[in-house]
Amino acid sequence: MASSTRVTFPNKFLPYLLLAPQLAITIVFFYWPASQAIRQSVLREDPFGLSTQFVGLGNFKRILSDPNYLNSLQVTVVFSIATAVIAMGFALMFAVMADKVIRGKGIYRTLMIWPYAVAPAIAGMLWLFLFNPSMGTFAYMIRSAGYNWDPLLNSGQAMLLVVAAAAWKQISYNFLFFVAGLQSIPKSLIEAAAIDGAGETKRFWTIVFPLLAPTTFFLLVVNTVYAFFDTFGIIHAVTGGGPGKATETLVYKVYNDGFVNLILGDSAAQSVILMVIVIGLTAIQFRYVERKVHYG
Amino acid sequence: MASVELTNVRKVYAGAVEAVKGVDIAIKDGALCVLVGPSGCGKSTLLRMIAGLESITDGTVKIDNKVVNDLGPAERDIAMVFQNYALYPHMKVYDNMAYGLRNRGMPKDQIDKRVREAAATLELTHLLERRPKELSGGQRQRVAMGRAIVRNPKVFLFDEPLSNLDAKLRGQMRVEIKNLQRQLGVTSVYVTHDQLEAMTLADILVVMNAGAVEQIGAPLDIYEKPASTFVASFIGAPPMNLIPVTSDGSGLILKDGTRIGAQGLAVTDKDAIIGFRPEDLEVATGTESHVGGLLLDLKVLGVEPVGAESYVYGIIGGERVVVRVAGRSVSQPDDHLRVIIPKEKLHLFGGNGKRL
Ligand SMILES: Nc1ncnc2c1ncn2[C@@H]1O[C@H](COP(=O)(O)OP(=O)(O)OP(=O)(O)O)[C@@H](O)[C@H]1O
Ligand SMILES: [Mg+2]
Repeated sequence: MASSTRVTFPNKFLPYLLLAPQLAITIVFFYWPASQAIRQSVLREDPFGLSTQFVGLGNFKRILSDPNYLNSLQVTVVFSIATAVIAMGFALMFAVMADKVIRGKGIYRTLMIWPYAVAPAIAGMLWLFLFNPSMGTFAYMIRSAGYNWDPLLNSGQAMLLVVAAAAWKQISYNFLFFVAGLQSIPKSLIEAAAIDGAGETKRFWTIVFPLLAPTTFFLLVVNTVYAFFDTFGIIHAVTGGGPGKATETLVYKVYNDGFVNLILGDSAAQSVILMVIVIGLTAIQFRYVERKVHYG
Repeated sequence: MASVELTNVRKVYAGAVEAVKGVDIAIKDGALCVLVGPSGCGKSTLLRMIAGLESITDGTVKIDNKVVNDLGPAERDIAMVFQNYALYPHMKVYDNMAYGLRNRGMPKDQIDKRVREAAATLELTHLLERRPKELSGGQRQRVAMGRAIVRNPKVFLFDEPLSNLDAKLRGQMRVEIKNLQRQLGVTSVYVTHDQLEAMTLADILVVMNAGAVEQIGAPLDIYEKPASTFVASFIGAPPMNLIPVTSDGSGLILKDGTRIGAQGLAVTDKDAIIGFRPEDLEVATGTESHVGGLLLDLKVLGVEPVGAESYVYGIIGGERVVVRVAGRSVSQPDDHLRVIIPKEKLHLFGGNGKRL
């Protein structure tokens, strides 16, 4: 979109003035806390909070050699990939199916979008109640089907439950974007492919899916960030990071170490690492994945 | 190569919109049939039914003497060029053209040969590695054509393929399409709302109006003998002049009360319409006979010189008319001209608009 005519303000300060509110918000709610975290991460506080001491990279060294931290890293990777893949896969499937509905299209879409309006903690509670081994309806059904369901003890099942809850909440959002993406593909392309002898499945993988790439790419970034940060509420409600530390993601560990165990230095160092990871991931996604994306 | 035959084809869309109301068309092997008509008359719908993109409510569509009503688009062995070209934006020109062949499981070397042949025919060889967005409108049009011809189908279907091009390129492509179609000898159905395109391309011209066929025939036959006032005003530019008249048994009376001699014109309807092409009027110098023709008074409203000819706009009997005269016109607004319509150039239509 290289437009040759650029809007120029006659007043030199006006543009800065117009940007100021957004900048202020970003500074107060991002840069300032981020810089606090960085400062905190090189300090060590005594257990009573009476004195602090500069320790350089000591906090980082310690957490990076802590098996608990490495476990949490692994949990996060598994959790994020599973959540993003499931949330996007189901959303795409639903969007493709909703696209085919002729009557009552609007109703389907509205119903599909509702879960997004549910707060993470509430969503977590919902899934917890449904699958709680002692009182959950679904848990009861699963158990009467002869399956030993107990996410409070079985770490694989606990992971399954948080992934399901986290993905379920994000499906709506992805669905919305996939529906819009599908609508932006001209119908005549699909028709041309049909005339060209491509069956429905083939059309999907050779025409529709490649043309959805910009949407998919965008959602990949959003879903990764979502799985990293926005799922705290769900994990907190469903498993509290357990059993053991089986569902303790990096964000959850930051919270646990910082606010529960009050090891501020470690917690800050972890959040700095987390920040670096997300910046890195996003950069990689934009640099390498986007190259393969053809914007229509 | 194949014939295409439509028998009593109807289309009713959901919501009871009858878009096509019982159409019969027979297209011989190798002929180019043009469907022409105003916007919304059902041209695209009809074409899409032939393509298999739209279900057929009633009637039969035959390709190569085989009923194809229940076959999918891929099984009908047709190729279609869309108005917006519908090129696959994420594929190179080469892949756009090869896609249909690959789907049909053709061996690679054969695909390559076919694509390169088609590209050479359409002068696309140097563009094979580009993507559609890196092409001009005319080049995209060619690629769309190329995608159709590599498949070597039984029938080509075109839905207003030139309407996104500028006037000059359109004229050029029109000639190219015609030549290509002749050369390949593939039966074609071509939809347009441009009467010039229709006249110049068609072997057989189908004029449609409100979902029904108004007239089918060779373009010049239709031009010379329009079956209705609708066809008369749709084919030809500027369109045929149409003047409503009433008949009282002894002669014709114009709307403004002027009685005109109508020797030999058998008008039995009380209401009728006389029509004449803009080029069929002669300006009377006073000496010519107009036996059997009509001698009328024309009040000039204005003159539009377009170079080789001029259009004189005027009023006859209260109706606006256009006269085409060669070269410059010396007429001035408010001039009165005596004009003659020779009898053999006169078209007569009944009150219902049908030719008498
Ligand atoms: N999917 C549809 N559902 C309902 N009605 C439709 C549908 N498609 C077309 N129609 C109606 O059918 C009629 C014929 O449409 P069609 O597209 O065939 O016209 P057309 O002759 O191709 O016009 P144009 O020159 O504008 O392309 C129109 O009245 C249109 O509103
Ligand atoms: Mg149309």
